[in-house]
Amino acid sequence: MAVPSAAVQPRPSILSRSLSSLAESRNALGFGFMLPAAALLLVFLTYPLGLGVWLGFTDARIGRPGIFIGLENYEYLWSDAVFWLSVFNTLLYTISASILKFALGLWLALILNQNLPFKSFFRAIVLLPWVVPTVLSAIAFWWIYDAQFSILSWALQQMGLIDHRINFLGDPTNARASVIAANVWRGIPFVAITLLAGLQTIPQSLYEAATLDGASRWQLFRYVTLPLLTPIIAITMTFSVLFTFTDFQLIYVLTRGGPVNATHLMATLSFQRGISGGQLGEGAAIAVAMIPFLLAAILFSYFGLQRRKWQQGGGD
Amino acid sequence: MTAIAKKKRPELDEGGMGYLQSLPRRVVTVYLPLLVFVIVLLFPFYWMTITAVKPNLEMTDYANFNPFWVVHPTLEHIRYLLFDTSYPGWLLNTVIISTAATFLSLLAAVFAAYAIERLRFSGARQVGLAVFLAYLVPPSILFIPLSVMVFNLGLYDTPFALILTYPTFLIPFCTWLLMGYFRSIPFELEECALIDGASRWQILTKIVLPLSVPGLISAGIFAFTLSWNEFIYALTFIQSSENKTVPVGVLTELVRSDVYEWGALMAGALIGSLPVVVLYSFFVEHYVSSMTGAVKE
Repeated sequence: MAVPSAAVQPRPSILSRSLSSLAESRNALGFGFMLPAAALLLVFLTYPLGLGVWLGFTDARIGRPGIFIGLENYEYLWSDAVFWLSVFNTLLYTISASILKFALGLWLALILNQNLPFKSFFRAIVLLPWVVPTVLSAIAFWWIYDAQFSILSWALQQMGLIDHRINFLGDPTNARASVIAANVWRGIPFVAITLLAGLQTIPQSLYEAATLDGASRWQLFRYVTLPLLTPIIAITMTFSVLFTFTDFQLIYVLTRGGPVNATHLMATLSFQRGISGGQLGEGAAIAVAMIPFLLAAILFSYFGLQRRKWQQGGGD
Repeated sequence: MTAIAKKKRPELDEGGMGYLQSLPRRVVTVYLPLLVFVIVLLFPFYWMTITAVKPNLEMTDYANFNPFWVVHPTLEHIRYLLFDTSYPGWLLNTVIISTAATFLSLLAAVFAAYAIERLRFSGARQVGLAVFLAYLVPPSILFIPLSVMVFNLGLYDTPFALILTYPTFLIPFCTWLLMGYFRSIPFELEECALIDGASRWQILTKIVLPLSVPGLISAGIFAFTLSWNEFIYALTFIQSSENKTVPVGVLTELVRSDVYEWGALMAGALIGSLPVVVLYSFFVEHYVSSMTGAVKE
């Protein structure tokens, strides 16, 4: 296929010459090109994934390789109220935060899609919470939620809406609401900006045609925007659900699972038992228990992608 | 392709059907909600900044000082952070680790994306799907087995533990993003080069890579930010104070007793955020396109 010619090879180095001889076979070359990425991913992603499943069947601790104990870890977790509480917390956290992120993110995207002055400036500003390291913004929230010097409590007291300070992170219900609010704050920009990119691909002429047909604003949204945005919504929300479900940082900074395990997510429980507590096997079992939920979300994403291809009327 | 389409659209639709809305209506449906969104989204940053320069006296005395403002700004917290803690070392660690991990991932991802998208070796489609699935594997389920591996490999408490594990989430992302960029480069260019006798290596370095510089920048910026923000691996694999990264250092070393040094904490959060924010402000368009590109492709 490739005929070597001195005229178009200005600097034929040894490397390029040896590679060009390989170019006869795209499989050999493809293998060579895939090698660095594949090696890193197989060693540090696929193997640990398998190792994690194996550790879940052992009683490994930090500094001591475990022996195979079958389903003992899972049997123990099955009867462990704290584990089930963390499953409940994770689902509550994921579902409520995702719904809020979707609703507010879509709203913000629709606003930013309007013809605004300083549009790109606003778009840049809005994305900031997502750019800043989660741990660092969570520390700011920690200070905002401080039991004694919370600025929110103070402001609400000044406005006369409450008569005593809110215990944001000390009370189970408040703590759950507080961590969900912080997660939503960080997640809105991602949802809004990706949905905005989707909104911008919808041709304006469709809106004009619908307006001429007498569609109201709600009908424009319901019958033009929403159907065309569905594929992107599916993918964006799958990512958002995945990130929320496996969240660790925010909880670790704000509550570390407290008060009385009311905000323990599966990821934080896995860390607490596996790393802080040293029970690697049990921690790994908790992490493995997250996989079925993640698979469900990934399948959802897969079908979201399929529908998108179909809507564009073609394969790749 | 999507990036080009996206850039042109807003100019085409300049004006749109906005004239159908009256000004008072626009104020209520657009400007007012936007104002609330912007205030809520930016308030924590304002609060972070104002706390970082507030003297301790004002910080806890809400009766005599309005907490929303600072009367006697001070650099004491920042001085304490930079000279009395290991903070500068953490910053340096984070820069080194993020740069190395980003460079390693980009290098591997360029080859992988080109092979999957253009060499079309047998099984390329399946490998592409596998890369996408790898992107969906979260660090939260990998950190325990990885910590065992890191320990057995003798990498525990060294920067290499992080430089080698960060690519697990960076390579899938970068590969996926670059596949989209390579797809938008016309096949004809490569065919011309092949007819002129160029090797695959020459095609990649002289034709494909120069054309995908925006994609490389997007992937690089995004990967750098992701490694800068990473927390769970850095928390698990690093033990000694001088090897920590900024997010872990600020959280584990600055919070000592029951009396929190809020000023220093906020200064640490602020300074730790600044590099990514500055980088972001220079490359907003690249950043947005990489974020939306990962979802849209």
